[in-house]
Amino acid sequence: MKECKIVSRKFAIEGSHTLEVAKHHNAYRSLEKRGEFTPTQMIKIIKDANLRGKGGGGASAGEKWELMPQDGDKPSFLAVNCDESEPGTFKDRQIITYDPHLLIEGIILTCYAIKSKHAYIYIRGEYKEYQDILQNAIDEAYEDGLLESCDITIHRGAGAYICGEKSALLESMEGKRGHPRLKPKQKEPEWFFGNPTLVNNVETIATVPFIIQNGSDAYREYGTHCSPGTLLFGMSGHVNKPGVYESEFGVSMLEYIEHFGGGVKNGKKLKAVIPGGVSCGVLTARECKDLTLDYEAMRTAGSSLGTGGMIIMDEDTDMVAVLKNILEFYHEESCGQCTPCREGTGWSDKILQKIVNKRGTKKDLEKLFELADVMNGKTICVFAPSVSSVLISFITKFRDEFERAVS
Amino acid sequence: MSFTFNQDDLNKIKELKTRYPSPDALCLPCLWMAQTKEGYISIDAIDAISEQIGLAPMQIYGVVTFYTMFHLQKPDRLQVDVCKTLSCKLCGSDEILKHLKSKDVYVNHVECLGSCGTAPMMQIKDKNYENLTNEKVDAILEELL
Repeated sequence: MKECKIVSRKFAIEGSHTLEVAKHHNAYRSLEKRGEFTPTQMIKIIKDANLRGKGGGGASAGEKWELMPQDGDKPSFLAVNCDESEPGTFKDRQIITYDPHLLIEGIILTCYAIKSKHAYIYIRGEYKEYQDILQNAIDEAYEDGLLESCDITIHRGAGAYICGEKSALLESMEGKRGHPRLKPKQKEPEWFFGNPTLVNNVETIATVPFIIQNGSDAYREYGTHCSPGTLLFGMSGHVNKPGVYESEFGVSMLEYIEHFGGGVKNGKKLKAVIPGGVSCGVLTARECKDLTLDYEAMRTAGSSLGTGGMIIMDEDTDMVAVLKNILEFYHEESCGQCTPCREGTGWSDKILQKIVNKRGTKKDLEKLFELADVMNGKTICVFAPSVSSVLISFITKFRDEFERAVS
Repeated sequence: MSFTFNQDDLNKIKELKTRYPSPDALCLPCLWMAQTKEGYISIDAIDAISEQIGLAPMQIYGVVTFYTMFHLQKPDRLQVDVCKTLSCKLCGSDEILKHLKSKDVYVNHVECLGSCGTAPMMQIKDKNYENLTNEKVDAILEELL
């Protein structure tokens, strides 16, 4: 399997989080290129590279950048999404722990391209340990005069999964409850106190320096035509060597698990994989065969690549208990704004508890399908539709197990 | 007991105000300052924050109740946050939770804390303890209690 380290290049170097060591290993070199391009040209490079948002959505970053006004009368802002809360995902924390200067370098370039003078990093409240490392790096960058063109402010969240949704994140930064906003019909930037704002994931921004320094073609050398480049894929659950390992898109999922993860724990057989955080539909071992790790293949397989954080489950895993665990999460984290989601997640969770307690009936399974239908496409954000697809994928693919549990 | 921000806090608030387009944005930062100081968010603290940033106290209260990391009551024991989400569950968080039942701590079941690759885990006072075993939990708590 080809070694590709674009974002994780400095992770293994001791002291890589300090400016001295980072600079010794060529940090901030891409800034020298900044003068060669106008902001519009820089956006074009990112668009040509087809850099796709690495927070789970996979939308074109360049197209998002293009939405930012180049000559408006209002100030523009960048909000970096470090609210990493999707179960199974732990990649952004690696970047801010082992190479925070790469993120800062990416922020400086992005702010130049979208003509922003201020960037915020919205970090989840539970990441205080890593936030301190990041803050130290920002302080070092200020002292070194690197942040003359833009300011960086860390904004600490306080334990709400939904604040990873871009508009909820901005609501939260505006000092409100983190409720997602209604989406406009036309394409437009996000708004922070009425000012145009770009929201991008940490890893997306951390990929920018490589592309600016080496050009869009260099990035496209990795990965597939539609999913170019690399991603910090991760593995957790029943795997021998859990962790985050960068790889290009388009590699075989099973080979990746074998090569980096050392295969399934205790020599057991693989039963299922949730490919990119619990909000992606589950895949059976048979479906994983010949499956590659890119956005298109995952969609064809009826799931999605999400954040690339795979949860591996061995042959002895009780899928009813797994689904119950996931619904508990959704029940706890629904923001409560839309009725189908607020009630639907709680109701499904209760039904699954009943099934786990061996008091479930066939009717309960039907009710779960009904609830999945009620939650799909009737809410402000994609939280409830994800719950819906998770419910359907589990019960359909492991129907035998669920029927046994209710008989 | 009344709550007041000291001069250092006020300077920090003044500095932060220059970093945002509206003082409303200081809601979460100020709540964190208050909770770090007292261990919880008192009604007096909410009033003090309201005075600083101009949001109505009720609005700030609404924010406090939305975010799970803010507490309206003073904790009486050491709080231990244990992740119980899928990856941790697959790697034995149930066992850790059972073990913690016998300890004199407040066990808080929380959702994914982003330590899936180093599961099971717990967090105490913002610090992560990962790859837990019952023996490790004993050693950690002995040091902290």
